[in-house]
Amino acid sequence: MKATVEIKHVSKRYGKIEAVRDVSFDLAPGEITALVGHNGAGKTTLLKLMLGLAHPTAGTIRVLGDNPAAGEFAARSKVGYLPENVSFNAALTGREILSFYARLKGEPVAKALRLLDRVGLGSASARRVATYSKGMRQRLGLAQALIGEPQVLLLDEPTTGLDPALRLSFYEIVQALRDRGATVVLSSHALAELGERADRVVIMSHGAMVAHGSIDELRRIAQLPAKVRLTVSGETETIRNWLGRVEKWRQVNGHVVEIDATPERKIELLRRATDVGAPVKDIDVVPPTLDEIYAHFLRTQEAAR
Amino acid sequence: MRNILLIAAKEIQESMRNWWVLSATLLLAALALTLTFLGSAPTGSVGVRALDVVIVSLSSLTIFLLPLIALLISHDAIVGEMERGTMLLLLSYPVGRWQVLLGKFAGHLAILAFAIVLGYGAAAFALAATGATIDAESWAAFGKMIGSSILLGASFIAVGYLVSSLVRARGTAAGIAIGIWLLLVLIYDMALLGLLVVDQGRFISAGVLNTLLLFNPTDVYRMFNLAGSANVSVFSGMVGLADTMTLNPGVLLAVLAAWATLPLALAAFVFSRREL
Repeated sequence: MKATVEIKHVSKRYGKIEAVRDVSFDLAPGEITALVGHNGAGKTTLLKLMLGLAHPTAGTIRVLGDNPAAGEFAARSKVGYLPENVSFNAALTGREILSFYARLKGEPVAKALRLLDRVGLGSASARRVATYSKGMRQRLGLAQALIGEPQVLLLDEPTTGLDPALRLSFYEIVQALRDRGATVVLSSHALAELGERADRVVIMSHGAMVAHGSIDELRRIAQLPAKVRLTVSGETETIRNWLGRVEKWRQVNGHVVEIDATPERKIELLRRATDVGAPVKDIDVVPPTLDEIYAHFLRTQEAAR
Repeated sequence: MRNILLIAAKEIQESMRNWWVLSATLLLAALALTLTFLGSAPTGSVGVRALDVVIVSLSSLTIFLLPLIALLISHDAIVGEMERGTMLLLLSYPVGRWQVLLGKFAGHLAILAFAIVLGYGAAAFALAATGATIDAESWAAFGKMIGSSILLGASFIAVGYLVSSLVRARGTAAGIAIGIWLLLVLIYDMALLGLLVVDQGRFISAGVLNTLLLFNPTDVYRMFNLAGSANVSVFSGMVGLADTMTLNPGVLLAVLAAWATLPLALAAFVFSRREL
């Protein structure tokens, strides 16, 4: 399928700081992409470059056929954006603000106003934004990003300030848009936060892209060991003898040992543990968490620097 | 065009919510009415062209106050929205930056025009209501005064935008705006006067002086209104100047319009290259 967003060798320099360094990737319709990196990794800059709010120092960007760096903005009517710290004119009401943005996108106002109910702001829509809490502003920000069922949805740290219930309904909305064929980009500073919801992950560090792929692909590339936890019977000494040549293991307490097992060693270990006569009462296999995978990629990037 | 109107409408809506429109209108109306009745006291009300006197007073009021009001509402337009973060969202919409700027300009100018027409109109209306006889010529001069006041306001709004698009912080924009007001409204004329006194007519001819005056929109406005109409110039004490003036009103208006369009175009250019 044709890519909705194409980023080719894009770099962005602010004075001496290289905010984005030679990043290339394409985004396809019907996919949720998690843009992950710590603060200052270049996530926000990358989103701004896609919107033409900043211009790349090198490289080209295409969003729905537009070149945002050249000031082309026709396709932006099909793009939704939620900035990191969204702010509105506090003197206007939620309804007035949403109506304004709907008109700016050339969308029917009545339809856009229904989004207020969808994000749970229906009862507060006639109040001035000055009276809104941070979470309510974030919800209003989300509502404006959803105006006109965008084909490309760029959300910068979207779930900050949302309570768990709202976070869940937020992901439902995003997934519904994805299923309808939208390209969704969610930025976050923690991979675990987006969990398995993302179809694809782009990990950024110090402006460079250090990993790109689905979570399963990243798992494979990272080759991180799973943790095998064995609850054992008998003395520590017998366990030690039984384990024999296994290198990385530690004793959690008197009855539990934990072994770092690479994928190829894992099966062998499990076979041995389930053999008749093995001093093992229970087995737990803990796959590497998303945070561990994320940390792994950041570490390898640090090492390469 | 649609985008420009939408942004203009939002600007007006916000300004009404912030009491900007009401306070500007009330301020201008109160001062205009005060000047109308205080100003007519020394001349009495018999046989003198009452509205012409009012035009003289209101023109002077305009020169001091209108640039200040215009700069106050315009210096914040770009840098303020950038600082508050609202510009980021606005520019992510399908709207060109020049459209944002023109929309804001249209909105701010509409607010200013509303305040001028209502505030000064109240003065003329009050004068007519007290039974003063006003002929068509005076009405025409009054109309020109209102029109050129709006144009003067437009030029200072444009200058304010230029400042707003250049600086990085709101405080800087406010400081520069005040500086521009002081320079153009107070210092420029005094400096020019000092220059003339020192020069004693050796190098600076009437032509040079006229040209120098064109570099200040308030002076252009002053020349247009106070020396432009024969009757008004009598009261303004500028009858002498009116005789030697080589610039016709059309040129003056064109210069004033240039003072609005050039800074605006420059502001649009600077704004289009800014990064958020």
